[in-house]
Amino acid sequence: MTSNITETKIATKSITLIQAINDGMKTVLERDDTTLILGEDVGKNGGVFRATDGLQEIFGDDRVIDTPLSESGIIGTSIGLAVNGFKPIAEIQFMGFIYPAYDQIMTHASRIRMRTMGRFSVPMVIRAPFGAGVRAPEIHSDSAEALFTHMPGIKVVCPATPYDAKGLLISAVEDPDPVLYMEPMHNYRSFREEVPIDYYTVEIGKGIKRTEGEDVTLITWGAMVPLVEKVANQAKENGISCEVIDLRTLYPIDEGLIAESVKKTGRAVIIHEAPRTGGLGNDIVSIINDTSFLYLKAPIERVTGFDVPVPFSSLESHYLPTPDRILKGIEKVTNF
Amino acid sequence: MVESFPMKKVIDEQGNLVTASDRDLIDQELVQTAYYHMYRIRTFDKKAKSLQRQGRIGTYPPFEGQEAAQVGSALALGEDDWLFPTYRDHGAMLTFGANMTRTFLYWNGRLEGCIPPDGKRIFPAAVPIATQILHATGASWAEKRKGTKNIAIAYFGDGATSEGDFHEGLNFASVFQTPTIFFNQNNGYAISVPFERQMNSSTIAQKGVAYEIPSVRVDGNDFFAVFFEMQKAVNRARSGKGPTLIEAVTWRTGAHTTADDPTKYRPEGLGQDVVDPILRFERFMKNEGFWNDDFAVNIHKEVENEIEAAVKEMESYPKANVEDLFDHVFAELPNQLVNQKDSYLQLLRGK
Repeated sequence: MTSNITETKIATKSITLIQAINDGMKTVLERDDTTLILGEDVGKNGGVFRATDGLQEIFGDDRVIDTPLSESGIIGTSIGLAVNGFKPIAEIQFMGFIYPAYDQIMTHASRIRMRTMGRFSVPMVIRAPFGAGVRAPEIHSDSAEALFTHMPGIKVVCPATPYDAKGLLISAVEDPDPVLYMEPMHNYRSFREEVPIDYYTVEIGKGIKRTEGEDVTLITWGAMVPLVEKVANQAKENGISCEVIDLRTLYPIDEGLIAESVKKTGRAVIIHEAPRTGGLGNDIVSIINDTSFLYLKAPIERVTGFDVPVPFSSLESHYLPTPDRILKGIEKVTNF
Repeated sequence: MVESFPMKKVIDEQGNLVTASDRDLIDQELVQTAYYHMYRIRTFDKKAKSLQRQGRIGTYPPFEGQEAAQVGSALALGEDDWLFPTYRDHGAMLTFGANMTRTFLYWNGRLEGCIPPDGKRIFPAAVPIATQILHATGASWAEKRKGTKNIAIAYFGDGATSEGDFHEGLNFASVFQTPTIFFNQNNGYAISVPFERQMNSSTIAQKGVAYEIPSVRVDGNDFFAVFFEMQKAVNRARSGKGPTLIEAVTWRTGAHTTADDPTKYRPEGLGQDVVDPILRFERFMKNEGFWNDDFAVNIHKEVENEIEAAVKEMESYPKANVEDLFDHVFAELPNQLVNQKDSYLQLLRGK
């Protein structure tokens, strides 16, 4: 992983992505009394993944609130809290359980600012672990980002590293509008990174170049980022130099970063876990079409989940993009 | 269950006090205020229907027949309380202080119609069903957290009780003891589906039992019954005693909306025995010596002038600003939207 730490003076600690999320929430709860955490099992239990571990002990059950098992209820009451002076961080235990709350997000959270021309707004964060590859039970492994990037009025972020997890969490809480904060559960504990102990932010709307390269641009996010970096290394051994872009924010996408890279390489492969049809990869194809079409040396490849429900765990390794599929995509655009 | 939730009544259909001692609770100011607001919103509603028929506003959902429920509930609120209405509650909103011109603007498809007067905590009308019940729970929860005595009221119809959000809202309010009033107007029909098909429960009030929320059933066409039960609920919420569910039994005199034809589904003559709530109130005023022809004439004139002025203002309102299509989706426009906006504006300007 590329380190984001440029100033050695900053005090850091080596933590995992889930610890960084915890640290980010602790930071905002300390700084801002109006922030609250709501969700199922977030209090005493510290969250099923321990994302909120220890926070209720520090901030009390009045600010780290175990709610009834009620997704629409969590989001709907958070909207009421948000329009009335609070900044709720609402946890949906798994993204596959966000659907009961979709109505509240689609018809209210994302529209209240526009409907009232700014009189009311909903500064809330919805946290949701997503993605396959951890042998979870059914419905626990969905990647539903496109349902939300298609929804006007909400931002969607998706950190892939501990550093970005904390910085984006803080930015999401400080954002005046609703932000869906997608957590790649596959990466919760898969590696550590030096993360500043104190407050810092990662700007929403900015992607990052993880690996510099010349021949092909690989565009991805979330749990796919470390996998794609690994594949980029393999490709390098085969003589293909790949540039890896981690979008970090899925709406609004960093179009400039994509365009700049594709103009340089002339080739692009987009990798995501979610099903292909209607997937965010198609929007990225359109961004390249709009910004860098004449620089392309080959048609853009997409390596994605299939147009099937995320399967039971016995088949999930076939569902997810594999190094072989990604390598094949890279070869296809280089050999065109 | 009907026996467990007897319908509270203060005046009967002939305008007579059911319990003589209730007379002590009623003074001239309350009577005149109630009459003024009921007459005012009735006249607004009639005007809106007429404007829709003339194509001067869009589709409109009339609330005629529900004036006692809407005015009786809204008048019991305090200045700093929150009101979470549905699309059929513009009567309650106007009574609570919504601007009439803006109310007409809303039904004419204008964003400006959702903006309450400064300091007024009136949410835009919920169009999905029952969703606002959770917002009211959340906003009143926020008041409790801030240590104020302010409360929130959620308006909803009989159909809304079939939605999950109704139950989730009541449950949250019960668990967190929020100062919320769940104000149901049971007007008999959810578009075409009658109460009996909507649920197999004989009352809506009984649904509060499961959540241990104090619940009451009132005659929703009896202004006083609604107002007095609301006052009790408001006091309970303000004093930290949590939520209340009120079922106000009323009747939707007209169609679901101006695009709906109730003769398709409502048996002819059904509801004809329902005494109009304003007529009932006028009978009470006459029976108890509150009626005054001059007062009534003045009120009627004042209301008509106000409505004419509001319609005029609505119709002479500056045209919708195309930039408003883009400018309020986020606090700060993302590049994508800036680009979409700029290229569309350039096209409009002929570039």
